[in-house]
Amino acid sequence: MIATESLSKRFPRVTALDRLSVDVGPGVTGLVGANGAGKSTLIKILLGLSPATEGRAEVLGLDVATKGAAIRERVGYMPEHDCLPPDVSATEFVVHMARMSGLPPTAARERTADTLRHVGLYEERYRPIGGYSTGMKQRVKLAQALVHDPQLVLLDEPTNGLDPVGRDEMLGLIRRIYTDFGISVLVTSHLLGELERTCDHVVVVDGGKLLRSSSTTDFTQITTTLAIEVTDSDEHPDGTRAVREALHARGVDLLEGGGGLPGAGHVLLITAQGEETYDLVRDVVADLGIGLVRMEQRRHHISEVFTNEDSRTGEEQRKEAVGHGG
Amino acid sequence: MAVEQPMRTPAAASGDQTRIHNIGYRSYDGPRLGRSYATRSLYSQSLRGSYGLGRSVKSKVLPMLLFVVMCVPAAIMVAVAVATKAKDLPLDYTRYAIVMQAVISLYVASQAPQSVSRDLRFKTVPLYFSRPIETADYVRAKFAALASALFILTAAPLLVLYVGALLAKLDFGDQTKGFAQGLVSVALLSLLFAGLGLVIASVTPRRGFGIAAVIAVLTISYGAVSTLQAIADAQGSTGSIAWMGLFSPVTLIDGLQSAFLGASSTFPGGVGPTNGEGVVYVLVTLGLIAACYGLLMRRYRKVGL
Repeated sequence: MIATESLSKRFPRVTALDRLSVDVGPGVTGLVGANGAGKSTLIKILLGLSPATEGRAEVLGLDVATKGAAIRERVGYMPEHDCLPPDVSATEFVVHMARMSGLPPTAARERTADTLRHVGLYEERYRPIGGYSTGMKQRVKLAQALVHDPQLVLLDEPTNGLDPVGRDEMLGLIRRIYTDFGISVLVTSHLLGELERTCDHVVVVDGGKLLRSSSTTDFTQITTTLAIEVTDSDEHPDGTRAVREALHARGVDLLEGGGGLPGAGHVLLITAQGEETYDLVRDVVADLGIGLVRMEQRRHHISEVFTNEDSRTGEEQRKEAVGHGG
Repeated sequence: MAVEQPMRTPAAASGDQTRIHNIGYRSYDGPRLGRSYATRSLYSQSLRGSYGLGRSVKSKVLPMLLFVVMCVPAAIMVAVAVATKAKDLPLDYTRYAIVMQAVISLYVASQAPQSVSRDLRFKTVPLYFSRPIETADYVRAKFAALASALFILTAAPLLVLYVGALLAKLDFGDQTKGFAQGLVSVALLSLLFAGLGLVIASVTPRRGFGIAAVIAVLTISYGAVSTLQAIADAQGSTGSIAWMGLFSPVTLIDGLQSAFLGASSTFPGGVGPTNGEGVVYVLVTLGLIAACYGLLMRRYRKVGL
């Protein structure tokens, strides 16, 4: 889908991209980096809108330096910033953008109706955009990127400004763009955690350099660590300790908790051996007559990609994971 | 309300998700008409927008009102000419736009910012450039759209006059010649005013500033030039009158058409530029139109993503 070869972009005072070589295949790919890591610059180059200082890049097999218009016809782009005029309706706007991508009038209208429905906009689509909530606006922005049925969409920070529920919905939608619509996705974010659930592949950039590129399953090798949190009762004023002792008595060894972190003392981490472990925890908690607040799988987090760079011990990494998870 | 909305949206979305799945995604295999079609689409959208079509009711009021204001005097003149069986129309075709210049300026001032400032303000420009079109296509589409809108505004009353004149059985040859000269004149006026309006409006994303600046440039320059011309006329230095006319868009068109399009000049003393001076008028007019285009290109080269 995308291939860059020692791609560099230098501005008079900063180097936005520094010899970035990366290969992106079909699927959902996350482009992760802090603000100013060069994500938006990369997107601009990929759309053929800004020439690279050196190196080359190809999108869908087309060279960005010479085939910009052809690329832009087959690629959708959702900008990070607001880009919607408030005094037109979503339908009107998306139809216009469809025609701007080269769709004939009738097709533009049909595709608009379809696309707006797919992103979850119904009756509201006839109202002026000015009255929409942030979540609805993000959907319109997504719809205009998808309306011409591109082979690839570039989504720049699509979850920006959304509340947790809206964030989850948007991520679900992004996942469906590939699984249901068959359109490959490059999605940028500065939040590592939210991409690991959505992406097949993650590219991490920092300071314009490639930090790491690998599939999400590599990042989050399932060690199935279980995190357990319980309530206290009159009988067991320290529920956590009671569970720990009960589990120990049954031969389940506890992993080192995320000591030192606030609230971490109440989270027990154990290694799940399979289905039995879940049952065991349930029984133990039920026997003690206390409440189970949560029992969840805890995987390695993408955030560890940064700590991996340093030669830290596994122990410290796990603490990091707890910190990000809690 | 603002708090309720996010609560409602997820509920609606999750309720409908099964339905979405049933309909399924249909991919598009039809034609993709490319860059020139996209440019034409932007042109027609901008042209329609100049009369408020495809926009809210509120934004239709002013352009439509100005259009009516432009046409009503023409209709009245025709009615008078027909009723009194006059031998000629009360006003020349070429003179009409000069007389109505305030209305035209107001139209440019309201619609040029509408056309380009909105795209800047709401950051729709980067979105356009993520499509097949290039900077030049955007500038050309916007320029052509506003010029066309102005041409419609200025040519429509001339058409009313022409049809009326034929109905009043005035001389066909004379009227057709006058009408054609009028059309050439308003075409040049449309290009010039559209260019100036867009250049000024494209500098600011604020519509209000754009409107004020366009009005200032068009009417203040006209007022200043007319005043200076009147002073020069009073002092008897008639030679300088024609040269002063180069410094405002309205007098520029006025001078150009009185030199070449058989119009009678509205300059003080009724003395328009001579043919030699008229050539300078043509060059300045065309140069200004080209300069506006060049400035717009420069402006939009910087407005990327």
